[in-house]
Amino acid sequence: MVFAALINFNLLAFGPTGYGDEMFWGLTRTVQISVMAYALGLGLGLCGAMGKLTGGKWLVNLLGVYTTLVRAIPDLVLILLLYYAGTDGINRMLISIGLQPIEINGLVAAIFVLGFVYGAYSTEVLRAAIQAVPVGQIEAAKAYGMSPFLRFRRIILPAMLSYAIPGMANLWLNVTKASVLISVVGFTELALATKQAAGVSKLYLMFYVVTALIFLSITLISNQIFGWLERRVRRGQPKLA
Amino acid sequence: MVWDWLPQYIPLLLHGLYITILLLVGSVVGGFALAVPLGLAQVTGPWPLRYLARGYCTFIRGTPLLIQLWLIYYGVGSLFPLIGAEFPSFKENFMWLIRLDAFYYALLAFTLNFAGYEGEVMRGAFLGVPKGELEAARAFGMSPLKVLTRVWFPRAVRQVLPTLAGETIAQLLATPLAFTIPVMDLMGVTSKIRQDTFLIYEPLLFLALIYVVLTFLITRAFNYFEALVPSRR
Repeated sequence: MVFAALINFNLLAFGPTGYGDEMFWGLTRTVQISVMAYALGLGLGLCGAMGKLTGGKWLVNLLGVYTTLVRAIPDLVLILLLYYAGTDGINRMLISIGLQPIEINGLVAAIFVLGFVYGAYSTEVLRAAIQAVPVGQIEAAKAYGMSPFLRFRRIILPAMLSYAIPGMANLWLNVTKASVLISVVGFTELALATKQAAGVSKLYLMFYVVTALIFLSITLISNQIFGWLERRVRRGQPKLA
Repeated sequence: MVWDWLPQYIPLLLHGLYITILLLVGSVVGGFALAVPLGLAQVTGPWPLRYLARGYCTFIRGTPLLIQLWLIYYGVGSLFPLIGAEFPSFKENFMWLIRLDAFYYALLAFTLNFAGYEGEVMRGAFLGVPKGELEAARAFGMSPLKVLTRVWFPRAVRQVLPTLAGETIAQLLATPLAFTIPVMDLMGVTSKIRQDTFLIYEPLLFLALIYVVLTFLITRAFNYFEALVPSRR
């Protein structure tokens, strides 16, 4: 019968008979990459946004090149370029100062590459959010004699969050979905674990549907969390139309 | 930097460019055609259709394109040989389906993906058309179909046009994924060049340049067409 060759839930079990544990490991890797790359990207984005808004001419131009180029080149191409260039560049540098080349951890490289790419996207999101904060509030903070850091922590950050959260939620979902691209450089996360399991078992349809559902649940759970977060940072503000 | 490989690969790269553009244009046009009923079903459809359309858009937007592509190529694609092995008549009549080139799977996956994203956009656009205009159309005695074709749809499309440039560029930047199910688009050709010449960076840098130029050209083209459409804003 055809359908017996399509579905075999026993293969999703943990342990030596199933691929459940391999896929679970892949999922933890995917979540790890996504969370770390997202955090790195937001950090880069915050620096980039502040640089674009307050920096000198050369810094603004440099950041403009960064955000424009990253957003005009496919993620996949950037990941391949940065993955090889990054690992190769570090080893060449180590050799040139007389040290042994090191084996660069694939996980770390993946996090840095994705973080760098999504730093460009979050620069734009955060820049727009900071610009949406009414100038009067920032001027008032200056008039109170707040230092730039205190001004950022007490005034700009809380005020910009309500503008930034929807864009940040989008970015998070994009990072989780882009993390599968790391599989192309041979790093085993959920997508590659699924591909291997599907290839060996020949139950392609079942394994890819399961992985798609896993990603769907990540998205749906994230939507709930970001919805709650948005309500929290918007508390006390008038409702959106 | 070594660039002497470039002249001999120009014909192959041009063919890759052709495949990439075919994937882009095909999926944007086909996806948009599917997005209109998807958006409409979410706004006015009877509840089974409404939930089906909403579920479809949520699924597409909630899963990575790479997984969708592999699901369709490896997953759905693996069904046809199985059915063929079971039913010889299927094998005789649908050999083309069993031997279908990866390009068509990629085109299907990208089209369905674009439809999911754009369906959500169209839903918002249909909702964004002022109620008064629809009521006025009905008051003129237009049938529901006529309201749709003369007022609702044209007004909704006008709202979507400015976002279409960004969506098209996003789709362009997604097309290189097709090389993972061997399609010889620009990315596929580039990875062949890398295997042939053992060069790591040069082919990828050249590919990045091509995409930057394509992005620039698409932006310019959309700006040109947007300027042609009269707008009060």
